[in-house]
Amino acid sequence: MKHRINFKVNGDEYSLAVEPWKTLNEALREDLNLTGTKLGCGTGDCGACTVIVDGKSVSSCLTLAVSVDGKSVTTVEGLAPSGDELHPIQEAFVKTGAIQCGFCTAGMEMAALHLLNHNPSPNEAEIRAGLSGHLCRCTGYSQIVEAISVAAETMKNSQSEEEEQ
Amino acid sequence: MRLPKFEYFTPKTLNEALALLKEQGEGAYIMAGGTDIVVKMLHGRLRPKSVIALQEIDGINKISFSPQEGLTIGATARIVNILSHPDILQYYPALTDAVKVMANIEVRNMGTVVGNLCNAAPSADTAPPLITMGSVVVLTSLEGERRLSLDEFFKGPGITAMNQGEIMTSVFVPLPQPRSGGSYKRISARCGVDIAPASAGTMAVFRDEICSDVKLVLGAVAPIPLRAYRTENLLRGKQWTHELIQDAGYEAAEESMPISDCRASAEWRKKMVAVLTRRTLVEAYERSKKN
Repeated sequence: MKHRINFKVNGDEYSLAVEPWKTLNEALREDLNLTGTKLGCGTGDCGACTVIVDGKSVSSCLTLAVSVDGKSVTTVEGLAPSGDELHPIQEAFVKTGAIQCGFCTAGMEMAALHLLNHNPSPNEAEIRAGLSGHLCRCTGYSQIVEAISVAAETMKNSQSEEEEQ
Repeated sequence: MRLPKFEYFTPKTLNEALALLKEQGEGAYIMAGGTDIVVKMLHGRLRPKSVIALQEIDGINKISFSPQEGLTIGATARIVNILSHPDILQYYPALTDAVKVMANIEVRNMGTVVGNLCNAAPSADTAPPLITMGSVVVLTSLEGERRLSLDEFFKGPGITAMNQGEIMTSVFVPLPQPRSGGSYKRISARCGVDIAPASAGTMAVFRDEICSDVKLVLGAVAPIPLRAYRTENLLRGKQWTHELIQDAGYEAAEESMPISDCRASAEWRKKMVAVLTRRTLVEAYERSKKN
């Protein structure tokens, strides 16, 4: 039996009828055509499918779509909603060369967003802890860690500029 | 990979959940965070007829603590909320040790401590510290509530003392005794994220320099989280010395019953049991000075 779910993705309201065995990852990619979120291992070990549900980062491959009824989901597409201007985290990934094949990038960026929302000025150890369980098979971890510290600086500066105005 | 088909229920009250569990009978499974049950379904190791999700039931997601009564962790309380709880860090640091190294951030944001216990993996990180703390689980069915020492809960890999029709609604952790200290440590190839091939949890009580009481539980080296009674007997009532700690390590290694599998050999696991036992004893003693 299908279940009707109403939920927000990147601020937009959606209403879907889903079978209970459909994962959030499948609903995002197949029903909403939001293919920025990847599917890696499918068992919560690699971090590639990470999205944010009600402020908490989760593995979309382990989340049943029915369970997000009434909730608010942010995916990598939500980082740059206009499609023109990138989010500071994405800018920093580009600038520091933190993207190689790109498959882990969406999950890494969502983990970075979750980390910086909870800790705006993480040190290197905290960044590494915040990315634990996110695998990059190109092994470009150093640049990813650097990207997140660059993003933290940019976000802090724009925050203080806003406060001054 | 696709999930097999199943029916899905989101009861709004505990009674509704218990009634559903009875009505659906065998083949009905309870889901809290979903991080174990969904993986088992994906791997084809579990084919539930129906899944009953607890997430919409009010009041069972609480973590409550008072310095008079102790700690209660509700069925749907997330691992991340244990990790960030200041009273748990102060009074039950061995539990914080355990949740800190469990899985990754996303799984900790989804998974629950009660689910970790009900999944009954021999390597369950929260089991050793919670057993050493004298925890009691609350099992609720339509007939009422029964309390069972966590020490008697595990029966084998994935097998527990829980009956069909019962839901673990909370786990209660008593207050630590004065001059007691607890510690939990694990060792694994990736130092976290992965499943530990060996772990140890200790809770020791001291009178001056004498270990007046102790509990030691070894993880992932037996079909269940293993109480190391012989090592406990060796330590109890003894003067706290370096030699005693060394001997306790050897005894615990002897007492463990590991298998060789993809994660580690039995031989290596026994050696690590000695190391981990000693490290937890040292830390438990240090922490006891603060209580």
